[in-house]
Amino acid sequence: MEPCEFPHIEQQLTPVFKRQGQGADRLLQILLEAQDIFHYIPAGALDCVAAQLGVPRTRVEGVAGFYSFLSLESVGEYRVLFSDNITDHMLGKPELMQYFCNKLWVEPGRVSEDDLVSVDSTSCTGMCDQGPAALVNGWPLTSLDHNRLDLVIELIRARKPVADWPPMLFEVGDNIHRAGVLLGEPFEAGAGIKAALVRGAEATLKEVELSNLRGRGGAGFPTSRKWGACRSSPGTAHYVVCNADEGEPGTFKDRVLLTSHADQVFEGMTVAARVVGAAKGLLYLRGEYRYLLQRLQETLARRRAAGLLGRSILGGAGFDFEIEIHLGAGAYICGEESALIESLEGKRGRPRNRPPFPVAHGYLDQPTVVDNVETFACAARIAEKGGAWFAGIGTPESSGSKILSVSGDCARPGIYEYPFGVTVREVLADCGAEEPFAVQVSGPSGTTLSWREFDRRICFEDLPTAGAFMVFRRGRDMFDAASNFARFFAHESCGFCTPCRVGTQLQRKIMDKIAGGHGTASDLEELKGLGRLMKDMSHCGLGHTAPNPVLDTLEKFPDMYERRLKALAFEPAFDLDGALATARRITGRDDEWAHV
Amino acid sequence: MSDTLTIDGKEIPYRPGQTIMDAAMAAGVYIPHLCHNPEFKPHGSCKLCMVNVNGRNVASCTMPAASGMTVLNDTPELNGARRSLLQMLFAEGNHLCPVCERSGNCHLQALAYYLGMTNPHYVQFYPSREVDASHPDVLLDRNRCIMCELCVRASSEVDGKDVFGLSGRGIQTRLVVNAPTGLLGDSALAVSDKAVQVCPTGALLIKRQGYRVPVGRRMFDHKPISVVQTEGGHD
Repeated sequence: MEPCEFPHIEQQLTPVFKRQGQGADRLLQILLEAQDIFHYIPAGALDCVAAQLGVPRTRVEGVAGFYSFLSLESVGEYRVLFSDNITDHMLGKPELMQYFCNKLWVEPGRVSEDDLVSVDSTSCTGMCDQGPAALVNGWPLTSLDHNRLDLVIELIRARKPVADWPPMLFEVGDNIHRAGVLLGEPFEAGAGIKAALVRGAEATLKEVELSNLRGRGGAGFPTSRKWGACRSSPGTAHYVVCNADEGEPGTFKDRVLLTSHADQVFEGMTVAARVVGAAKGLLYLRGEYRYLLQRLQETLARRRAAGLLGRSILGGAGFDFEIEIHLGAGAYICGEESALIESLEGKRGRPRNRPPFPVAHGYLDQPTVVDNVETFACAARIAEKGGAWFAGIGTPESSGSKILSVSGDCARPGIYEYPFGVTVREVLADCGAEEPFAVQVSGPSGTTLSWREFDRRICFEDLPTAGAFMVFRRGRDMFDAASNFARFFAHESCGFCTPCRVGTQLQRKIMDKIAGGHGTASDLEELKGLGRLMKDMSHCGLGHTAPNPVLDTLEKFPDMYERRLKALAFEPAFDLDGALATARRITGRDDEWAHV
Repeated sequence: MSDTLTIDGKEIPYRPGQTIMDAAMAAGVYIPHLCHNPEFKPHGSCKLCMVNVNGRNVASCTMPAASGMTVLNDTPELNGARRSLLQMLFAEGNHLCPVCERSGNCHLQALAYYLGMTNPHYVQFYPSREVDASHPDVLLDRNRCIMCELCVRASSEVDGKDVFGLSGRGIQTRLVVNAPTGLLGDSALAVSDKAVQVCPTGALLIKRQGYRVPVGRRMFDHKPISVVQTEGGHD
């Protein structure tokens, strides 16, 4: 370890190094703490951390520049990030954010001159059922309105530490409106593990197979096959990873599971550990849910004290398992399992080349099971009650229940758990949707449904979903929704592969061009061509699905595009008059000769 | 089954552990590529080498060869998609071939000729990117960087120096230099480093070499990249 040339920075980071340890895999966790201390990652901290961990400075800078919640320039003592999901927009986010900026005399994306506060947008924070939402220094603010923002402004001006702000600003409700087997039936911590211990690992895997459980992250891969492949892969250690990077806009069911049913999730991970022979589990918690960290640590401590974690769990000789929680830092791509593993290893969240697959070469190159929060919650129930019981719920190819996160234009946004096979129409009726016109199922990467398709069913046979269900009433402009989603993907592309890095930008630019009234018929063809290219040539699911909302809305709501087009065969992409705006501002002119 | 696969109908042998790209190169079959160089670990980011295997698109530089694979490579569809990817690379950076010293030796330019790219098609991004002339012998012009990470890999795997890395995300991704100032002149880079030789474009140029080889006598001036890279090893 080389000495650091920035003694005052090193001094502040020393306790962080002590707490986090000095493995290279701790890099992201260390940088998150550094961001808290300095309100950004100063250049000197890059050198200190690099020296301390024995990694190249470029690696530290690479990570610090990748995640949205880390920054290489100051973001002020208070960083307020408004959730930018379309549901926040529909609840008034743009106007509220402008109001907030005006009152604080800051421009969006800039830091105030006294370095006190910065305001910006961030991708969906998972509070769509209680938006408009924001994050202040990582803490979620919900149900924002002018009154609440006035209070926030006062607190910032008084430089009151966020920890001392009134708790009501940070209240997050579960909003469970319909509970099924996962959310509604009582679960006794340890019941699943006990049953798994009695049955044995092999037989427990058989039960999971019998249950037909499929991954709840949206892709629907059979869980027993994943576990079985990991179990039979050779390695020096096996790992169980819980994907709690719930980044798909409009999805917040994992938030509720982790808030009120964390035992069930940890229990599922422990059962998986028994099956695949893992001694270590990792839960990757998205940065937006950092407020849950302490409570989750307490749950882990309680389980440890009850003999449900640690050595010889529930007396099972040699059944040792520990769970560690890692924080994300604002990167949607880390929901992709191999990018998540990279992030767990303290790297940039970049999806790996496949093969090899994580079940054989995952975390630290060892066999690893990565499953969604809800999948583990299901697994705990299956271990307890058996596979046949679970297989009896739902449809032939989609057993069990699905938790939906319902938001948008409805009277009762929140959490709804249904047996698989429920129709979109039933969900709309239950949540009190008035004059529903369209539904975005499974978030931007999913499917846009028009009112003609409301008899379709939520299940892997028809409409697979990771859980998002965003409702749009008659009168909503679906072009705006697609535009919002195009912006989202352009912001979240990791930048690794050409088609996604550039394609998501081109898609966003064309949508902006159409929105600005400069679109032509050829732009619509261009969008379709781009969509095909991204689907055919991209590296991972992000690029493959990024064109979905645009292609879906083009097909189902073409009039919402066409009415924006100029009635011309050709329209220059370059706005000559717009380009003169800077010159007009500088010269203080706005007469007719200053326009073309 | 024997260890062979077919590429565009031609049967090609492979050894276990080889990728489709390795097998193709060994057999003298050209698959367009930019970020791949057989001397380094496969990367799979440029996606120019995308081929269709039994109906599915895969990056040939990272996909292990397997018996019975039916690979489509030189097809109008794939070459069209590859041309679009090249147009994307030209649109996102600032590539001005007529005034670039690498012209004629540039893989990006040579591939554009090979794939018949006659216009940029997309609207130029004109990004603002930094030029770093601080090193006595090497110029880093990020305007021409295509994020292939060949210099990153070469510096790490061959030179053992880790001079380069990527920071930022998405379209903001940028090449960064391992020095407290972030400047090439303060890094451990030497002009003889492998990292300096592998840049497929003009992002890394050796100083005071300009036009020693005149235009017209450069690597791709008389033979297309497909011939150069299949006959004489990798450039």
